[in-house]
Amino acid sequence: MSKTHVTTSINGEPVEFLCDPGDTLLDVLRNDLQMTGTKEGCGSGDCGACSVTMNGRLVCSCLVLGVEAEGAEIGTIEGIGSNDGLHVIQEKFLEHAALQCGVCTPGLIVSTKALLEENPNPTEEEARYYLAGNLCRCTGYDKIIRAVLDAAETMREGA
Amino acid sequence: MVSVVYEAPDLIEGAVNLLAKSDIPAHVLAGGTDLIIQTNNSSDAERLIVDVKKIAGMTDANLTDAALELGPSMSCASFTERDDIKAVYPGLVEAAYLIGSTQVQGRASVGGNLCNSSPAADTIPALIANGAQCVIAGPNGERTVPVEEFVTGVGQNCMEKGELLKQITVPRPAANTSDAYLRFIPRTEMDIAVAGAGVSVTLDDTGTCTAARVAIGAVAPTALLVPEAADALVGSKLDEAALQAAADAASAASNPITDRRGTVEYRRQVVGVLVKRAASIAAERAKEG
Repeated sequence: MSKTHVTTSINGEPVEFLCDPGDTLLDVLRNDLQMTGTKEGCGSGDCGACSVTMNGRLVCSCLVLGVEAEGAEIGTIEGIGSNDGLHVIQEKFLEHAALQCGVCTPGLIVSTKALLEENPNPTEEEARYYLAGNLCRCTGYDKIIRAVLDAAETMREGA
Repeated sequence: MVSVVYEAPDLIEGAVNLLAKSDIPAHVLAGGTDLIIQTNNSSDAERLIVDVKKIAGMTDANLTDAALELGPSMSCASFTERDDIKAVYPGLVEAAYLIGSTQVQGRASVGGNLCNSSPAADTIPALIANGAQCVIAGPNGERTVPVEEFVTGVGQNCMEKGELLKQITVPRPAANTSDAYLRFIPRTEMDIAVAGAGVSVTLDDTGTCTAARVAIGAVAPTALLVPEAADALVGSKLDEAALQAAADAASAASNPITDRRGTVEYRRQVVGVLVKRAASIAAERAKEG
């Protein structure tokens, strides 16, 4: 099977890769680019563990073909923090103990960032609806939502 | 694992040509929320995937004085953000908004929902209630099919090899007309409809219903237009007796199955209730409009 050459942008950096046309963006990130921060949960768009942004939209990378990344701008968990330290959302997840096994965490953090860019002051209900596509099987959602709302408040104060 | 050949033409003609001439199973890729899962689970040795999102107009919506010209592959997230469209077709927009999570909304499309042709597709009853038409491009030119005739069975539709859904055209409703879509699911969100109802009503200055369209979903192999339910509403002020008659007509027209989401009896009952409530909401909206 011939591989396809794809030129894209990931977390603001130009990236090129070769992939099989049937590979998902999740396959490419994890297996070809060694960007294993993005997790595979269900592989069918139900759990949100593989959430990334594509041209500013939150998507499941398991439901995007790698070849569709051509010319697109992809954002992953690796682009959330910086060399100077963690993003406020990451800090708040730690502070509120909003994770246990950590498989859902990268997806939740990417989704939370997308939420707060769209709506910097969500109600608890709005946050729960927006994040309903991110499943957590151990921490439970209360600590996560507390972390999200605290991060929102901190980010509003900093803005 | 299925070996995929991927093409992303930038013209309708190119897509039609690829689909028509393919000697391996060929599929159109819009948002991929159904197709990529089906491809991963497929027993095909090879598959041609034709990504149509690079074709001009496929991911845009144009609201004119005459109609909404909806690019079938426009993501539900982009579609539901359009306040101008929501003001004219609130029920259609709420149906699109019900599909999946935020992540799925970022990719899923109304055209994809239609072409996947699930009996439980949320947008199909809402499209039928609005009298929407499918513009289909193919090797022999274009043809237009009403949405209620597009889906022919569970996961099946009227498109022939080489054909492609090019546009969904939703006519501008008459004055004092509005729509609503309701579905029943056991959870609060992100579930598949047990039953659904899309209703459009037109009122005159006295509040009498002068025209209506009622469509039901998830209660038959395809979404159904139910003229008997619309007839029960027309001429009434949408009083309890008229609403109940419409509900009874919808229940009678339904032909559901029993599965883990609901029984035949339950679905028949619930679809009537949904028609009643959706008609009331559409009427309230028509009065406000």
